[in-house]
Amino acid sequence: MSYEVIGITVLWFFLYGYLIVASVDFGAGFFSYYTKRTNKNHIIHNIIQRYLSPVWEVTNVFLVFFFIGIVGFFPSTAYYYGTALLIPGSIAIILLAVRGSYYAFATYGAKESRMYNFLYGATGLLIPASLTTVLTISEGGYITVENGNVRLLYGELFGSLYSWSVVILAIVSVLFISASFLTYYASRANDKGALDLLRKYALTWSLPAISMGVIVFFLLSKRNYEHYQNMLDIWWVFGISLIAFAAATYLIFKRRNFGTAFIMVMVQYFTAFFGYGASHLPYILYPYLTIYDGFTNETMAVWLIAAFIGGLLMLIPSLYLLMKLFLFDADYIEGKK
Amino acid sequence: MFFEYDPVLYSRILTSVTLAFHVIFATLGVGIPLMIAIAEWMGIKRNDPHYTLMARRWARGFVVTVAVGVVTGTAIGLQLSLLWPNFMQAAGHTIGLPMFMEVFAFFFEAIFLGIYLYTWDRFKSKMKHFLLIIPVVIGATASAFFITTVNSFMNAPQGFTLVDGVLTDVSPLAAMFNPATPTKISHVIITCYLTAAFVLGAIAAFHILRGNKHVYHKKALHLTMVTGAIFAVATAVIGDFSGKYLHEYQPEKLAAAEWHFETETEAPLILGGFLTEDHEIKYALEIPYALSILAGGSTDTEVIGLNEFPEEELPPLFVHYLFDLMVFIGMYLAAVAVLFTFLNWTKKWNGFSRPLLWAIVAGGPLSMLAIQSGWFFAEIGRQPWIINQVMTVEEGATTSQHVDIMLYVFIVLYAVLGATTVTVLRRMFKSNPVEHELEERGIHHIAK
Repeated sequence: MSYEVIGITVLWFFLYGYLIVASVDFGAGFFSYYTKRTNKNHIIHNIIQRYLSPVWEVTNVFLVFFFIGIVGFFPSTAYYYGTALLIPGSIAIILLAVRGSYYAFATYGAKESRMYNFLYGATGLLIPASLTTVLTISEGGYITVENGNVRLLYGELFGSLYSWSVVILAIVSVLFISASFLTYYASRANDKGALDLLRKYALTWSLPAISMGVIVFFLLSKRNYEHYQNMLDIWWVFGISLIAFAAATYLIFKRRNFGTAFIMVMVQYFTAFFGYGASHLPYILYPYLTIYDGFTNETMAVWLIAAFIGGLLMLIPSLYLLMKLFLFDADYIEGKK
Repeated sequence: MFFEYDPVLYSRILTSVTLAFHVIFATLGVGIPLMIAIAEWMGIKRNDPHYTLMARRWARGFVVTVAVGVVTGTAIGLQLSLLWPNFMQAAGHTIGLPMFMEVFAFFFEAIFLGIYLYTWDRFKSKMKHFLLIIPVVIGATASAFFITTVNSFMNAPQGFTLVDGVLTDVSPLAAMFNPATPTKISHVIITCYLTAAFVLGAIAAFHILRGNKHVYHKKALHLTMVTGAIFAVATAVIGDFSGKYLHEYQPEKLAAAEWHFETETEAPLILGGFLTEDHEIKYALEIPYALSILAGGSTDTEVIGLNEFPEEELPPLFVHYLFDLMVFIGMYLAAVAVLFTFLNWTKKWNGFSRPLLWAIVAGGPLSMLAIQSGWFFAEIGRQPWIINQVMTVEEGATTSQHVDIMLYVFIVLYAVLGATTVTVLRRMFKSNPVEHELEERGIHHIAK
């Protein structure tokens, strides 16, 4: 494998990690707000709080990792995406800032506030929407480059069916991933009430999530035919994704093996996400930037990969400890610790 | 709105606003974990629940500041690419490594901070819980270390060859460990510790001034001031090394800080004063030979003056005020902390006299002001370069048309975040004073 491919694979893994942990977080924020409005909050409040409190900071790191990593491995992305994405990028920063800090204010600040809750819930859906802009414009046609001046075409972006479908796909996926994880968590906590409610949410959002996935798949053929063809070449990857989805919803519906069900959801998004990414190659930004012409020098690549391995050796045991203490410790989840 | 639209100018303002806001929380984020660790350690060593409670209360307030630190840190991380795309493209080739490692350090810290906060009563052994703060201290200090090497590189770039504007022959380690690195890193880290000690000390002193007689506050003040004295003395020593570094590698920055125009030996140090338009210094205090001594350790060191440099490569001369402010506050903090420690050590005098307590209270905000002026001096002092002698700020900036709107939006964001942070922190500690919490936890009788 060339350094370029190793680099993008590493980054894609982190983005996938962010996709999962952030979805759980964003969805939890939304469910928390929604149940408050419908006076059902007492049912799931504890579950959400007990999971999120120790991990919210970790979620953020996955994202930072990705965008610092991509500038390290592919410095030219800073030039293209950085210039074009000033406004959508800034909006995402602001939403992330509001969300992160108001979570802490609400949780540690000792006072319940409607306003904090609303901000927390609303940003949970707006952030995925604003972040998907990057994936959308990577397909090409939303950016012009004239005399070295990169510009984002807002009219094109807001007027395109494809970009809106990606936004909807992101939002429904967030709700589906989050609900299926929280269902599993509630089952671990032996919390019947929360389990029933969250299971209902998971089933509600399963169909929209898969349909939007299929719709976006076909809309891509109009947007970027080359990419679409590449995706068809590896159709079996998306086939696995569909099967995993079917298995997950079946298990949740049958009220069985919620843990396996959530793993299936992770497989579903893993295959879809990596299939999408692999078929996008070699382009990072179609048609301006490939992983080969935007790559860093060889020395830096070797060092980055070394640092990455060193970092993982440190991170994996730490993450394991975190999960052992808060995710797989039945007493903690049930609120006894 | 106020100026003609110029993306470079607006990018500079927006970056400085973000960094100035972030550095408040970043400084506390590096310094406070160490203070928490010391307090918890004292609690275990002396078997004194007051110190344990101190660690606990500091940690609780700390989370709120960490949250704002994390989100503003994310903001500056992204803004670097959004506002300085050309710089990041060049920098990615040379300093991608420390930036990457900084995120690892941050990751490490985030994981253990989460565990630390939620395991206070979970382990039987107190030592086990104490051990969890160690990775937080290491992670916080390591991220300061790595990100400061990036800033050092911008001041003293090396580890690459420039061939027709393209960076080749890159050595990431050489770029990281450049001449500016040792002094810059040690100065940044030690002043973070010093500031954290003074901010926490100011809170304790304020409680005592308000008539709160509980021994908890006295212990907190004693702990913070003794550590503060050590950090302040270390800061002064490192400050001296920084002067020697500047003399060697960035003489124009030192000359601008000192309004030193003519190259000469036996150069005097200029304190305070102001500069007229025709470069005449008025009302300043001149210490003979001091600049030569600061720069090279002897009176016959020749200090290069501003006149040696082309005008367009000079930083603005107002950096002198920032430099002086930083140095004055540093000396003030050292004096206050050492005096308090001395008075308490001799036991003959009263270290808790009102004037001294007020001086400590003032030290909290002043130490933060020194951090700000120090950073502004360091950054404005290397204008017009974004990478010293390699790339100017203008060449690094974005060409985007909307930086001005973003500037206003972010100013509003930081104002709201800042105000809420203050409100939340005040409410947290007002509604739950020490006495109340001591009672709640059943801490009445203790040794000493």
